[in-house]
Amino acid sequence: MPDKKVTIRATRYDPDKDEKPRLQVYEIPFYDESMVVLDALNYIKANVDGSLSYRWSCRMGICGSCGMMVNGTPKLTCNAFLRDYWPRPIVVQPLNNFPVIRDLVIDMDDFMHKLKSVQPWIIRKQEIPLGAGEHRQTNEQIDDFRQFSQCINCMLCYAACPVYGLNDEFLGPAATALARRYNLDSRDQGLKQRLPVLADPDGVWECSFVGECSVVCPKGVDPAKAIQQTKLDTTMRFVLPYGNRE
Amino acid sequence: MEFESYDVLIVGGGLAGIRAAIAAAEANPRARVGMVSKVYPMRSHTVSAEGGAAAVLRPEDSYENHAFDTIKGSDYLADQDVVEAFVREAPVEIIQMEHWGCPWSRDPDGKISARPFGGMTTWRTCFAADKTGFYMLHTVFQTSLKYPQITRHDEAFVTKLLVEDSRCVGVVALDIRTGRIDAITAKSVILATGGLGRVYAFTTNGNICTGDGMALAYRAGVGLKDMEMVQFHPTGLPFTGILITEAVRGEGGYLLNNEGERFLKRYLPNKMELGPRDIISRAMLTEFEAGRGFEGPHGKYMHLDVRHLGEKVIDRKLPFMRELGREFMGIDIVKDPIPVRPVQHYMMGGVAADISGETEILGLYAAGECANVGLNGGNRLGSNSLSECLVFGAASGRAAAHYAASAKPVTANPVDAMLWDEARRVESDYLEKKGGDERIGPIREEMQREMDAGAGVFRTKEGLEKLIQQLGGLRDRFDRVKIDDTSKTFNTEVVAALELDYMLEVSQAIAVSALAREESRGAHARRDFPERDDEKFLKHTIAYRKEGARPRLEYRDVKITNFQPKARTY
Repeated sequence: MPDKKVTIRATRYDPDKDEKPRLQVYEIPFYDESMVVLDALNYIKANVDGSLSYRWSCRMGICGSCGMMVNGTPKLTCNAFLRDYWPRPIVVQPLNNFPVIRDLVIDMDDFMHKLKSVQPWIIRKQEIPLGAGEHRQTNEQIDDFRQFSQCINCMLCYAACPVYGLNDEFLGPAATALARRYNLDSRDQGLKQRLPVLADPDGVWECSFVGECSVVCPKGVDPAKAIQQTKLDTTMRFVLPYGNRE
Repeated sequence: MEFESYDVLIVGGGLAGIRAAIAAAEANPRARVGMVSKVYPMRSHTVSAEGGAAAVLRPEDSYENHAFDTIKGSDYLADQDVVEAFVREAPVEIIQMEHWGCPWSRDPDGKISARPFGGMTTWRTCFAADKTGFYMLHTVFQTSLKYPQITRHDEAFVTKLLVEDSRCVGVVALDIRTGRIDAITAKSVILATGGLGRVYAFTTNGNICTGDGMALAYRAGVGLKDMEMVQFHPTGLPFTGILITEAVRGEGGYLLNNEGERFLKRYLPNKMELGPRDIISRAMLTEFEAGRGFEGPHGKYMHLDVRHLGEKVIDRKLPFMRELGREFMGIDIVKDPIPVRPVQHYMMGGVAADISGETEILGLYAAGECANVGLNGGNRLGSNSLSECLVFGAASGRAAAHYAASAKPVTANPVDAMLWDEARRVESDYLEKKGGDERIGPIREEMQREMDAGAGVFRTKEGLEKLIQQLGGLRDRFDRVKIDDTSKTFNTEVVAALELDYMLEVSQAIAVSALAREESRGAHARRDFPERDDEKFLKHTIAYRKEGARPRLEYRDVKITNFQPKARTY
C-alpha cells in the first residue's frame, strides 16, 4: 500500500483570470487510512500547488468552515474520508447555490444578513438584572430547542436546498432553524418580533418541503421541521391569544 | 486619506474579542466599535472548547477555594491579585451568558449545573453538554448582532499595529477577499487573537491558531510573558489531535495503560484522573517510556475508558464525544475505550498585559489566550480559559472604551506614511513577491516537528539550543520562500505565509524563554533541572524582540497576596 494514490479533481476559478470555473486534476499519495478530503486538499496546497484556495480551521466538524460539494453532495470535508470514495476519483467543488469568490471559496454574505434579520438573540419585554441570578430552565426545556441550537452555519443546507437555488431571497433552512431555536427558548419573548421576517413571502412559506436540508445537516439539525413548525406559528398568531410567551 | 476609524478596534472575533466588543459598546453607547477577524467570528477556535467554564456559583464553594486551586494549579506563577479579581468576576459573567441565551446544562431545580474538573477541588465547571465553547461563541456572536455600533471586518488579516509616539492608533489589514491593504485607525486597539498551537505538529488547535496577536505586539515592542509555559492536554486523539474533553474524566472516565491499570495512582494518588493537565501529561509520557503504553499506527497511546458510565450518562453529558468517536475514529465510546495521548492545547504565555488588559503601549490592550494577564502562571486549570475570555474580554473592552473617550483623535498624517511603508512591505514580500525557491508547507512542517521535539512536554538545554538553531535556519529559508499564488482574490497562500512569519517569531520566543528557565515549574519540565527553584525563578519571564537576534529576557516578580508558595502535591 505504500504507493496508493487518490485522484482529486478540484474546482479552480480566479475571477481576475478565468471566465468560468474549471476542474484541475491532482493525483496525490493516499498515505493513511484516516485521511479525509480536507487532508488531501492540504497535501495539495503544501506540496503541489500553493494557489489552491479553500477555507478550513478546526478539522473536527464544529467550526463550519470547510463545507464543499464532494462528488456532488454537500459535505464537511474534514469528515469525508478518502477511503469511502477510493479508488474512484473525488470531485471537490464549491458549495452549490452560492456565488464563488475563488476556487472552493463561496460568498456567504447573504446568510450573514439573513441570520441577523431573524434577530438571533434573546428578546425580553423586561430584562432581569444580573444580580437576580439566572433564569430557571430545566434540561427538558432545553431539549425543546436543543437540536436547532446545534447549527454550525456550515451552509450545507443552503447548498442542498432547491428553493434557495432558484430564489436567493428565500430565508432558507439555517436562518429559520436559528429563529426557531430562540422562539422555543423558555427565556425568550421575541416570537412576535421575528414573525414578520418568517411570515414574509420569501420566508417559511417559500419552502416546498423537499427536506434535503435535514438530510445533509452534519449536526443532526432538522431545519425542515423548524420551517414546518414556523408555518404553524405564522398562522396561529391570528387565531390564538398568547400567554406569557409572546 | 480617509480611513475606517473607530474608538475601539478589536482584533480577533472569538469569545474574548466579541465579549470585549459588547463591553465597549455597553460602556459607551456612542463609541464606534470595530472588529477585524481573519475568519467569520463563528469560525474562531473558541468553538472547539468542550468541557466548561469555571465559576463559583454554589453555596458550598468559595472565591478563596477557586483562587487557591488556580494558584496551586499555576505552580505559584500566577499573579494572585489577578486571580482574586478573576474568581469574583467569573460568576457574574456566567450569569450574563445565561441571560444572553447560552444553553447551560441545568440541575433539577433549573439552576446552572456544574461538573468536576482537573485541579478543581469542587464542582465549579459550568457546562453546556460537551460543546461549551461552541455554545458560548455562537451565543455571544449572535448577541453581538443586536449592537448597531459594532462594525465587523470579516476575513481581514492584520499585518501591523500602527504605533505613533508610543501610542497605538490602529492597524494595517489585508482584506483577504480583495487583496486590498488599508489602515483602520482607532483610539484604542484590543488584541484577542487566541493561541498559537499551530507552531506544533500535534495540537488540538485549529488552522487559524497562529499566534498573530502575540507576534503583532512583540514586533511593536511589547514584551511576551512566560512564553515557555505551553500546555499539553493529556487526551487528544492520535493522528488528528482532536481534543477529548477533560469532562470525560470529570464525569468519571478512567485513564488506563496497556496493563489495564489506572496508572495515575503512582503520580496523583489523591486526585487520580482529576489532577492538573501538566502532571497527567508527564505521567503518560513516563508510562510510555516504561513500555506501558499501547502501540498504534500513529504512535503510543493510552485508553480513556467511559464504558462504565453507561449510555444514558454519556448521551446526556458527553454527546459530542460519542459523535467525535463515531465520526473520526469509527468507535462507539459506549462500547470501546478511546485512544488518547498528550497533545499541545493551550498557551499560558502571551502578550504581557495587566488586570485591565493594558499593555506597555498606550491604547493597546490584550485579552484571552493571546494575552498573559497573570492568571494561569505555569499551568492553566481546565475550564478557567473560557471564563478568562469573558472576564478579561469584558474588562479590556470597558478599559479601552473608557480610555478612548478621553483620548486625542488619531491624525491622518503619520498614518498615511506608516500605511505606505507597510503596504510596500506586504506587496514586495508577499502579494507580489518575485523569485524564491522554498515552499511554505515544508518549512511549516519542519518548524512543527522541531517544536514538538525541542519544546514539548519535557525539555533539555541541548534540545532547546538545537531548536533555536533550527528555527534560525528556518527563518533564513523563509526569507527565500516562493509564493505560487499571484491572485489578489482570496489568496490563502499569502495568508499562510504571513502566518508562518508570525509563527517563526513566537516559536523563537518560546524556545529562548524555555532555555533560560533553568527549573521545572508547571508545564515547563526540564529534565536537566527537575526541581522548582523559587529562589531564582519565582518570576515571570518577559521576552523583548531584538531584530535579527535572540530576544532579550527580563524577569518580573510574581504578585503574592494570600497564598505563600509551597510544594505542589496532589
